Amino acid sequence: MSINEKEITDDLFLPADSENGTEAISRPTITYWAEVWKRFRKNKAAFIGLILISIILALAIFGPYANEHGYDEQNLTRANLPPKIPILEQVSWLGVSGTDIQGIDRYKESGITEYFWFGTDNLGRDLWTRVWEGTRISLYIAILAALIDLIIGVVYGGISAYYGGRIDNIMQRIVEILVGIPSLIVVILLILVLQPGIISITLAMVITGWVGMARIVRGQILKLKEQEYVLASRTLGAKDRRLIWKHLIPNTMGPIIITTMFTIPTAIFTEAFLSFIGLGLQPPIASLGTLINDGYKLLRIYPHMLAFSSIIISLIMISFNLIGDGLRDALDPKMRK
Amino acid sequence: MEKILEVKDLQVSFDTYAGEVKAVRGVSFHLNKGEILAIVGESGSGKSVTSKSLMKLIPNPPGRITGGEIIFKGDNLVNFTEKQMQKIRGSDISMIFQDPMTSLNPTMTVGNQIIESIIKHQKQSKHQAKDKAIKLLEMVGIPNPEKRLSSYPHQFSGGMRQRVVIAMAISCNPKVLIADEPTTALDVTIQAQILELLRNLQKRMETSIIFITHDLGVVANIADRVAVMYAGKIVEIGKVEEIFYNPQHPYTWGLLGAMPNLNEDSEELITIPGSPPNLLNPPNGDAFAERNQYAMKIDYQLEPPMFKVSETHFAATWLLHEKSPKIIPPDTLRKHRQVSAIEKQKDRLAKKREKLLEVKNLKQYFSSGSNVVKAVDGINFDIYKGETFGLVGESGCGKSTTGRTIIRLYEATDGEVLYNNVNIHDKRVSGDLQKLNQNIQMIFQDPYSSLNPRQTVADIIAEGMDIHGLASSKKERLGKVYELLETVGLNREHANRYPHEFSGGQRQRIGIARALAVDPEFIIADEPISALDVSIQAQVVNLMKKLQKEKGLTYLFIAHDLSMVKYISDRIGVMYKGKIVELAESEELYQNPLHAYTKSLLSAIPLPDPDTEKIRKRIKFDESLFWNGEGEEPILREVKEGHWVSCTEQDFQSIKKQFNAV
Repeated sequence: MSINEKEITDDLFLPADSENGTEAISRPTITYWAEVWKRFRKNKAAFIGLILISIILALAIFGPYANEHGYDEQNLTRANLPPKIPILEQVSWLGVSGTDIQGIDRYKESGITEYFWFGTDNLGRDLWTRVWEGTRISLYIAILAALIDLIIGVVYGGISAYYGGRIDNIMQRIVEILVGIPSLIVVILLILVLQPGIISITLAMVITGWVGMARIVRGQILKLKEQEYVLASRTLGAKDRRLIWKHLIPNTMGPIIITTMFTIPTAIFTEAFLSFIGLGLQPPIASLGTLINDGYKLLRIYPHMLAFSSIIISLIMISFNLIGDGLRDALDPKMRK
Repeated sequence: MEKILEVKDLQVSFDTYAGEVKAVRGVSFHLNKGEILAIVGESGSGKSVTSKSLMKLIPNPPGRITGGEIIFKGDNLVNFTEKQMQKIRGSDISMIFQDPMTSLNPTMTVGNQIIESIIKHQKQSKHQAKDKAIKLLEMVGIPNPEKRLSSYPHQFSGGMRQRVVIAMAISCNPKVLIADEPTTALDVTIQAQILELLRNLQKRMETSIIFITHDLGVVANIADRVAVMYAGKIVEIGKVEEIFYNPQHPYTWGLLGAMPNLNEDSEELITIPGSPPNLLNPPNGDAFAERNQYAMKIDYQLEPPMFKVSETHFAATWLLHEKSPKIIPPDTLRKHRQVSAIEKQKDRLAKKREKLLEVKNLKQYFSSGSNVVKAVDGINFDIYKGETFGLVGESGCGKSTTGRTIIRLYEATDGEVLYNNVNIHDKRVSGDLQKLNQNIQMIFQDPYSSLNPRQTVADIIAEGMDIHGLASSKKERLGKVYELLETVGLNREHANRYPHEFSGGQRQRIGIARALAVDPEFIIADEPISALDVSIQAQVVNLMKKLQKEKGLTYLFIAHDLSMVKYISDRIGVMYKGKIVELAESEELYQNPLHAYTKSLLSAIPLPDPDTEKIRKRIKFDESLFWNGEGEEPILREVKEGHWVSCTEQDFQSIKKQFNAV
């Protein structure tokens, strides 16, 4: 055929030494978590999300201490001041030069020399302090709610699926009843009974919130417990505890993490929504929700009151989604190349 | 002969994140009018991709045809637009897919699905189309076609569904029929029926068929010509007799040698070491060189061309070059190998005396609501120390349930399982149970779901040791893992990898290592090889045999593949509808089957031997003859030493008489 006969010399037909030694060189031994971290870092979007969350978290913790103003410190002489930031005030289009939308420098007018980075609200409270105080409270509520959701959901769903049969049947009927009641009604009733506050809002969200997690975990475990590796472990004599912790939970990790990461922004939003309709935190306590609620009334005149809190709430939601996505991939050894 | 389809240097690639995967790398063949061409190869060899690209059914992206020609009726199909192809598909070339469960639309009646394609391609009226559909259903052997026309797919059994799919495929009298593993998802007896049907239809309609399969037995049964594919290339092509009796390519030798033959008896199966190459970076030269024990230097440098063996027989291996040393293919490939089976039998008889496991009237019912499924319905058998007991039957006969009930994955409904004369289903004390779990182990079917994807291989293998506290230190644990990995033919380096990095055969080895970690005496192997390729199957079976010899293991080998069971087992039990219908020494069962079901099962297994396949008659098993709860219940009776058959008193006497006469 097309191959040149001259190229084919006799010695080419000698038996080849087996050139295939060991199949592949082994990779260096690193622990599972080191590897997870390595994979997570490779995912740019998730990594940016992590950085964003870290910055927001740091500001939420230390931000309020950046000036002497308290979150509830009112002073009507400095009400409705637009934001003013040193150095950046030179850049006119940024809108942080202390002038309002009519082009009047409010700081000069009120004779205030101090810089309010995010401006002040209609009661003259420093918005920088209030925004970060609010972020802190919102994050606190959200993470607390997500954690409780996670624990109740995983335990409930896990027990329901693992033991199955009648137990599963009863537990699922309870879940159905909970799902059937509109959560808003539960929340309203609860807040009427308890004093509106951080704990009661968290409780209100958790009471119905864990159902989603429980259903997801139940579905996963129902599927997994028929997998042959679980059967193999049982034939090796493994007890329930081992099966659940070594086989079932690790393999449910992906959906659990995703659900949790979605619960956090949803919880922030629910809290904001509750505050917005007036069932949430009561003044003077700030949360991202109450800030938005206060800000939107004056949106046309003082857009800064709404802008900062909404930007932060958006950033938090995007970052958590990105992190959740990256974390799911990072925790899965199948993504190892 | 008239060439109806010609493929020239076809190349198909898939774009993946990792790069371009060359799934088909220059395939050339032709299809004559009225012949059946079989394409065989292991998974990943590109056989399915080739057949799908003939109809341009490759999903694009990621797949694309990167070169070559497909000549059909003088036109090159590669250049056809999607619109032109739609006219060809179904009318000129049609396809039968592997899984009849998914290739029919579950929300449309079977009749409408057939009528639809007739109306579309043949421009007939609805009434005519309906008549034709009835005729078609009758042709493919579906009883009461008029009535069945308005049934939905779920109302048919698997075999019947595949018949409907065939009826749809032939509805427009296609010139070429492509059957992509049409029988792989079916039981052997159903497979035999479908193969028969395809052969008859082919004769009647003079269609040409391209038959894709991995089963050499099926090839021998149905094909006129065979193309063997490896790593995206055809390595050997020729008439079926030429391929089976005069194979030239070492890969074909390996494939043929890896299949145990029911008629013969050999000590060890030939295996092809290693696994197929990664087509992301296909190797230089001959892709098979890595696994070829006859590899020469040239194999690593140049790709072999197609050497002509005869007018119809071509093979791509440098061994056929005039300068290459003459190599005699392995003994086992000679046409009629003769090994004395008697000696081996004696050997086996000598060692089995001590009962290890006794199953007494074991029952396992599953109930869902008022519906009771009798998965295992009162079975009895004994397993002796050091033997391999094979349990065969078709899907749904309860063989896997039996295995799982013995190891107590399910609580038995009734009956006893005595292990070393102790009833294991009585034990409630957890210490005893632990001990039992250490003695009895299980190997699972699916190498993909039987290993926890989130554990390293070391943790998977060591799980048993952790549970039973067999390793006192981390060092000892790791040392044992290394030892086990080497026992099953893997490397130490594999210990800290994850399961997804391994191929199916390697995963199955890991599964075996896990079972061995607790030093069991008795292993239940639940279809351990049915998910693997032929050459890999042989590797695993050889490994199991080796381990049995070294460690004195006892196996309960559950499978539906009778030829493999016969090869590995000392005694075989045949199960049907939750009962054992026949139980005998494997040689005896094969030579002298007594129960009608066993006979039909044996006759349905295609053998990798075209000469016997051609003259073989299939025995049909009439289901209505099976005991339906009326009259005398047939029970297992010993008709001859070690040979038990399920029969009534009357049958028993007549069989006895027969034996006495002989």
